[in-house]
Amino acid sequence: MKFTFEPEQFAFRDAVRRFLVVEAVPEVLRAFWETQSGRSPEMRAKVTDQGLTALSVPEAFGGMGLNDLDWILILQELGYHGIPESLSDSAYLGVDILRNLPDGVALKKEWLERIAAGKARIAVGHPVNPFVADAAIADLLLLWHDDEVHATTPDAVKLTLQPSLDQSRRLYRVEWQPSAATRVCDAATGAPIWRDACDRAALSVASQLRGLAKRMLDLGVDYSAQRKQFGRPVGSFQALKHHLANVAVAVEFAGPVIHRAAYSMAHGHPQRAAHVSHARVVAGEAAWLAARNSMQAHGAMGYTWETDLQMFMKHAWALDSAWGTRAFHKSRVTAAVLADGMALGPGATFI
Amino acid sequence: MKLEYTEGQQAFRAEVRVWLAAHMPAQSLDSFDTREGFEQHRAWERTLSTAGFSAVTWPKVLGGRGCDLIEWLIFEEEYWRADAPLRVNQNGVFLLAPTLMEYGSEEQKQRFLPRMARADDIWAQGWSEPGAGSDMAAIRCKAVRDGDDYVINGQKIWSTRAVFADWLFGLFRTDPASERHRGLSFILLPLKLPGIEVRPIRQLDGLPGFAEIFFDDVRVPVANRMGEEGAGWQVAMSTAGFERGLMLRSPARFQRTAQKLVELYKRHQAEADADPSIRDAVVKSWMGAEAYALATYRIASRLAAGGKIGAEASMNKIYWSELDLLMHETALRILGARAELLPTAPDAGDVNGWLDGFLFAQAGPIYAGTNEIQRNIIAERMLGMPRA
Ligand SMILES: Cc1cc2nc3c(=O)[nH]c(=O)nc-3n(C[C@H](O)[C@H](O)[C@H](O)COP(=O)(O)OP(=O)(O)OC[C@H]3O[C@@H](n4cnc5c(N)ncnc54)[C@H](O)[C@@H]3O)c2cc1C
Repeated sequence: MKFTFEPEQFAFRDAVRRFLVVEAVPEVLRAFWETQSGRSPEMRAKVTDQGLTALSVPEAFGGMGLNDLDWILILQELGYHGIPESLSDSAYLGVDILRNLPDGVALKKEWLERIAAGKARIAVGHPVNPFVADAAIADLLLLWHDDEVHATTPDAVKLTLQPSLDQSRRLYRVEWQPSAATRVCDAATGAPIWRDACDRAALSVASQLRGLAKRMLDLGVDYSAQRKQFGRPVGSFQALKHHLANVAVAVEFAGPVIHRAAYSMAHGHPQRAAHVSHARVVAGEAAWLAARNSMQAHGAMGYTWETDLQMFMKHAWALDSAWGTRAFHKSRVTAAVLADGMALGPGATFI
Repeated sequence: MKLEYTEGQQAFRAEVRVWLAAHMPAQSLDSFDTREGFEQHRAWERTLSTAGFSAVTWPKVLGGRGCDLIEWLIFEEEYWRADAPLRVNQNGVFLLAPTLMEYGSEEQKQRFLPRMARADDIWAQGWSEPGAGSDMAAIRCKAVRDGDDYVINGQKIWSTRAVFADWLFGLFRTDPASERHRGLSFILLPLKLPGIEVRPIRQLDGLPGFAEIFFDDVRVPVANRMGEEGAGWQVAMSTAGFERGLMLRSPARFQRTAQKLVELYKRHQAEADADPSIRDAVVKSWMGAEAYALATYRIASRLAAGGKIGAEASMNKIYWSELDLLMHETALRILGARAELLPTAPDAGDVNGWLDGFLFAQAGPIYAGTNEIQRNIIAERMLGMPRA
């Protein structure tokens, strides 16, 4: 039993963090978000140089063959820096669906290689979400239809943009006709693929939300150290210390829950869905608390468009309903806990 | 105790209801944080004023209806029940006017109040400065006496509606040598004077709901001062505290929100019940709004009997702002993945004003004195706990 990451996993996380600190500063993100696509090809090229697009593509297809545990720390960094979900959708989620397709499927090799090389964006549509993020700029759309996997392209479907409060999001209603030509695999093959893909997507959201919570916490701590009222930093007032300390506790305790869920996904644990949902619930709670309390620490400044905090708050509020609302995930935890024969109590945490 | 309305009160309610039904704008107005929307709201205030409804508690001679506080509550209930427009001149009507009635000279009352009732002048407030937020006594913006004028230099910030408003009221330091609460005066001034620059500040929703105001040798007649020179703090604080603690947010607003939340929940019950804490929050919201209404009726009755409101104003502020957050957060949880949609989104459906309301609710625990400051006041002034 050893509940920690390997030194290489931390080292990779740190490298990604150093990269994002320089390349993904809030002014740069704001500039991307004001464009129509909301995305930047230059940024994607840099991300590819960091190896992020190849992370979980199997080695046979030009990738690094890494798994959920390698992703999980990176996903938190993506959240912390407000990197839009499209990277996770392509390189984590899209790859997951493609690599689990039977080897005979023609598009599997082509697209895995393209993703690894940073040459493809994937958007994924599943009924757990009413909309598909980044559908217009995707090179390939992977869509659910009665548990089958279908593949198509944006020009073959009808897209309706749904403007979001979160400027980083590009959501679309997708109307399309499933056909033999779009079908990639049947329902029997597709059902387990979709099950795990949805859980991975939710896990990704959880880790991003925790990163967002940490970012908002850091912004609140920084601001309250600099802002002076009554002749001293507002952070010296106990009320604000307690607000931010409460966020720190929530962020801290979400970590191991998320990391265990990643382990469960990587190892096909029978309770992985409940573990992911547990992670989603606590990460969502931490992110909302962080938004509220950091906003409060900022005073009126937190209510402005100018402050960076708003970018992260809005991203957190929006993401909390992606790939299942918090209510949906709470209901899955509830069902697991109340199920007959569920192993509960001391000694039942691991198997 | 008698918890029934009198016949006169019921008649007044009926009159307000009929009048609103007949006069409500056919289409909902644009946001008053846009120029067009601001003018639409001004026009609506004028319509209200034709029936004395823009300032129901004022004497009739000044443009009001001479209502008591219970009638005011009734008016507000009907107003929110009708989903009538937000009040663009609330800073003037609800915050400045009571102060003017108490401290203004007869000449000032005649000069400002009837115009305010008709929304000829829409008012913004200028307390906060970059260095004076929670610590309002740190105000530095100077008004130096020069003959019959004050010459104003300095800066105000976060002034709500100031981008399009006509007049500003606020505190200025008239004694340059003074510190803290002393040496401040309460001054009223038009925002269009030479030397004033109003720079819009965009809020969370992207609209310029407040502004920074820069003063560069702005001359304002001494006659625009309210109360004694140097007594501005007392004027701003003491006065008609009850209106400030009471009128800014009437319970009807929250009862209407709670009612809509219940309706929203019922429409989405199948999905919402996935998490029983949502149902719980809906019921809690209704109970909170009901309790706030009861507390307000009780305060109004006490004030009618000659009582005063003190630090309870701080309790009100905490109560309504946290209730408002709870209700809007709950609505967003019910709306789920559609909650983030802007009203322009084709699939926004019954997302309506919930998202806007949610954003604005975030500001509730900050404006009008942060909830941390209110809790300090309750602990120190009501509970007598030791100061830090
Ligand atoms: C939507 C909106 C509209 C506004 N409209 C107006 C307006 O029209 N006119 C106007 O003059 N102002 C207006 N304000 C400004 C408002 O009055 C100030 O935001 C408020 O007084 C707090 O000041 P601040 O923002 O500088 O926060 P700060 O005072 O810097 O406070 C930052 C944080 O520190 C905390 N803090 C500060 N001191 C203490 C203490 N002693 N103990 C514990 N915690 C403390 C605060 O509670 C807050 O959490 C508006 C603000 C908002 C958000």
